[in-house]
Amino acid sequence: MPLLQVEDLSTYFSTDAGVARAVDGVSFSIEPGETLGIVGESGCGKTVTSLSIMGLIANPPGRIIAGSSIRFRGRELVDLPEKDMRRIRGNRIAMIFQEPMTSLNPVFTIGNQIREALTLHRGIGRSEARRVGIELLREVGIPEPEQRFAEYPHQLSGGMRQRVMIAVALSCEPELLIADEPTTALDVTIQAQILELLADLRGRRGMAVLLITHDLGVVAEVCDRVLVMYAGQIVESGTVDEIFHRARHPYTEGLLESLPKLAAGGRRLHPIEGTVPNPVGWPTGCRFSSRCPYSWDRCEAYVPPLLATEDTNHLSRCWLEDEPERRRTSAGAGSEW
Amino acid sequence: MLALWGALLWIGIARWERVLAAPSGAWDHRVAFATWILAIITLCGGSILQERRIHESRTMKGVGQWSLAWMAFRKSHVAVGAAITVMVFYLAALLTPFLAPFDPAVQGSLITERMLAPSLTHPLGTDQFSRDVLSRVLYGARISLTIGFVAVSISMTIGTVLGAVSGFAGGRLDSLIMRFVDMVISFPRLVLLIAIIAFFEPSIFLIVAVIGLTQWPQPTRLVRGEVLSLREREFIQAGKALGLSKTRLVLRHLIPNTMAPVIVAATLGIGDTIVLEAGLSFLGLGVQPPTASWGTMVADGRDNLLGAWWISTFPGLAIVLVVLSFNLAGDGLRDALDPRLRS
Amino acid sequence: MVIQTEPAPLLSVRNLRKYFPITGGILPRARAFVKAVDGVSFDLHRGETLGLVGESGCGKSTTGKAILRLIEATEGEIYFDGTDVRAMGSSALRRLRRRAQVIFQDPFASLNPRMTVGQMLDEVLKVHKLAGDRSGRRQRIRELLDTVGLLVESEDRYPHEFSGGQRQRIGIARALSVEPDFIVCDEPVSALDVSVQAQVINLLSDLQERLGLTYLFIAHDLAVVEHVSDRVAVMYLGRIVETAPVRSLYTEPKHPYTRALLSAVPRPEPRRDHRHGRIVLEGDVPSPVSPPSGCPFHPRCWHPLKDDACSRVTPPLESVGENHAAACIKLSRDVELPPKTG
Repeated sequence: MPLLQVEDLSTYFSTDAGVARAVDGVSFSIEPGETLGIVGESGCGKTVTSLSIMGLIANPPGRIIAGSSIRFRGRELVDLPEKDMRRIRGNRIAMIFQEPMTSLNPVFTIGNQIREALTLHRGIGRSEARRVGIELLREVGIPEPEQRFAEYPHQLSGGMRQRVMIAVALSCEPELLIADEPTTALDVTIQAQILELLADLRGRRGMAVLLITHDLGVVAEVCDRVLVMYAGQIVESGTVDEIFHRARHPYTEGLLESLPKLAAGGRRLHPIEGTVPNPVGWPTGCRFSSRCPYSWDRCEAYVPPLLATEDTNHLSRCWLEDEPERRRTSAGAGSEW
Repeated sequence: MLALWGALLWIGIARWERVLAAPSGAWDHRVAFATWILAIITLCGGSILQERRIHESRTMKGVGQWSLAWMAFRKSHVAVGAAITVMVFYLAALLTPFLAPFDPAVQGSLITERMLAPSLTHPLGTDQFSRDVLSRVLYGARISLTIGFVAVSISMTIGTVLGAVSGFAGGRLDSLIMRFVDMVISFPRLVLLIAIIAFFEPSIFLIVAVIGLTQWPQPTRLVRGEVLSLREREFIQAGKALGLSKTRLVLRHLIPNTMAPVIVAATLGIGDTIVLEAGLSFLGLGVQPPTASWGTMVADGRDNLLGAWWISTFPGLAIVLVVLSFNLAGDGLRDALDPRLRS
Repeated sequence: MVIQTEPAPLLSVRNLRKYFPITGGILPRARAFVKAVDGVSFDLHRGETLGLVGESGCGKSTTGKAILRLIEATEGEIYFDGTDVRAMGSSALRRLRRRAQVIFQDPFASLNPRMTVGQMLDEVLKVHKLAGDRSGRRQRIRELLDTVGLLVESEDRYPHEFSGGQRQRIGIARALSVEPDFIVCDEPVSALDVSVQAQVINLLSDLQERLGLTYLFIAHDLAVVEHVSDRVAVMYLGRIVETAPVRSLYTEPKHPYTRALLSAVPRPEPRRDHRHGRIVLEGDVPSPVSPPSGCPFHPRCWHPLKDDACSRVTPPLESVGENHAAACIKLSRDVELPPKTG
């Protein structure tokens, strides 16, 4: 049984301009101990997906549409009373965010916040909590944890704060850790430290990780499987190797093409033309059709489902899977790959 | 809209003698006449424009920040209602010479017309000097609203200029201005007001001047804070890099971007000022009788509150209504102008 | 290679320093200084792109701003086309503003929200008396919009009506309006999504080719810098630690910091053995208020030969190859270094 099973998740927001379908029929699952990456550009719905799982969508303006299902170890989370949700959120699913400064309370010491999480979720006493807390800080690689325990968030650097956030998240020994752009605000050398730490913890604790990021490099390095999201939908899913070496969906291809790579020389980049459409009025048919170099009349009229490709479990939401002969004929750009 | 048309027409018909005499009459009658004409022209113009806009399709013009704010503001019915109330009060204040049924200072017969309950001839009754309360409330509106508007205009102008200079120049000048602000703020304002008014002969001009000249530190701080954060914004840096002069940067780029919070503060400030003026007048330190002011009227009626409740109650209600409207409109404006609350 | 006489550089920076005072207490006197830029020197030739790369707080943006006199340098010399920039009076500075421009990172903060695109460009043209009368300016505005790939209708629109990428194009149009020959690009694509980032990068290189522009390209993204630059300078704690032509810097990095930086970049190529050669640096970047003595990198340095000398001697930028210089006293000796990455 998968650890987390998301089926047909749709999260809509009411805005002045109309209903924004931020997440629109997303299905996926995470196995215990697995690292799944959700990758996409801003506005693709990746963060809303994670917030929906955590039950953190503010209603109004947001709402999870009837028919959506999020099951954690078989238990339905959609419409779970807030009291029960809180128990799961703290204990079994934990989340870390992009900006650790805003997720830590500036008026309490680091120790205070870790101890609070520990006494709340594990029900242990004060002195025991201090011991376990210091142990946790040491585990996430914070030097001199006894000293740090008494310090305030602003006294720490960005990388250290992210480590503290991870320690707080680990305090409840979660089975699933949702990491939303955990390294985006950090410098490369610090990012490397945090990625190393995440990989390390995963190996040691065997927890599943849902990593949400816009950075294809981070995904390639950390994840087992990848979901590529565009305009509120999953457009391609597969293992990292399949996604990065045998990308099927034109959007995924486009993303990889437009990414400057190290040691690739002065190759001209092939950007995806145009911009992401407005979530209030996604295009009919395939949502990528307006920017797609292959697009033909079928794409504008009919929404493609996630179609099987040559690889098992490698899916692509593109009519090209149905009519593969079109791939060569209309491919203008991207021939270098 | 219809009610406004009705009122304007009613003035033209029922008060035609006063209207005709106005252009050559006292200055307040001339002001009222100009307002009346302007209101009619604006209404006609507005209707024509609206007609036109329905016919024209959406133009390619961009939607500016102010239009966006207006669209957001329009959505709050409470704020729009409050803004309309404020406008009605101002219009009534300006048109008072035409609207008021009686002269507010003229005393009627002390025997037959003293402290009459509200009736058709005196819709809000008469006071202990047999003066028509409705007329006095209308004339009082002129005093209160003018004081509020003028005093706040003075303090906001001083505040904006000082704040912008202080924030943009920085250094010594900034320290100097801000220490002066601290000094003024640390002085209990009410004591200062009472002292100054006690020293001089109380008059409307004195009150406006004193309120206006003691209220500027708050907007100074507000504008300075805004300018400090804007100064670091990249568009100011870009302007500098493009060789735009300092004057141009301050006038064209900085100040327009600080206007939103200033307008909110001004709206809320007018309400506060009206209350302050009413309080001073109530204590006998403000507008002197026989000039009608809401504060003095409340004070006049307090001895007869049980026998003739209308004398104090109606000006009191007017104060509450106007101040409440200013506050609600100000809150609405703040919500509409705050880009963080807009998606 | 044929030996040529070097043409004079367009921009020449020598020993540039910028210390920001930290004031506090009752007296307005500096208690300490943030040494944001601490002795930076480089040359930039016409038509060339120099990439200035480093992590946050290394002083790369401050360097760019000091060159344009958006902030005043504390010390050092800046020569633009042979003229001393720091000695310029207001009229000379005004002429500099027509030749040296800047593009900023944040496409939301870099445009005045209360002006339409047309007003913004018109203002600049008017102030510098470019493009003649009203109709001439209008013509020029349309030309500029077309140059950066925006619709002519954009003229009457406000910044908030555009996406991030389009706003960045507006910022570029504004910089181009004075027909400069040098542009400081301060993290111009960091705030943009990958696909849009590529559009803007391509636009910048097309413009360089068409208009013969010279760029100082400031960024933290090593892949982007490699893509656009001819030469690259790596900064750490206010100093340049290594500078080289782009190819040699990326294939043969010499300085231990450059090597660590390059190895830390996550690559979109799963399961290659590059993770093997990754150098994960310990700890954080020290505070620029009290930088370490000697080599600023020594507390985090992984080099096997690191010793006491590193904390005593401030290493100068020394040649380590053709046009390749690095600031490390341990480079002259041959050492077995960890396997190269890439």
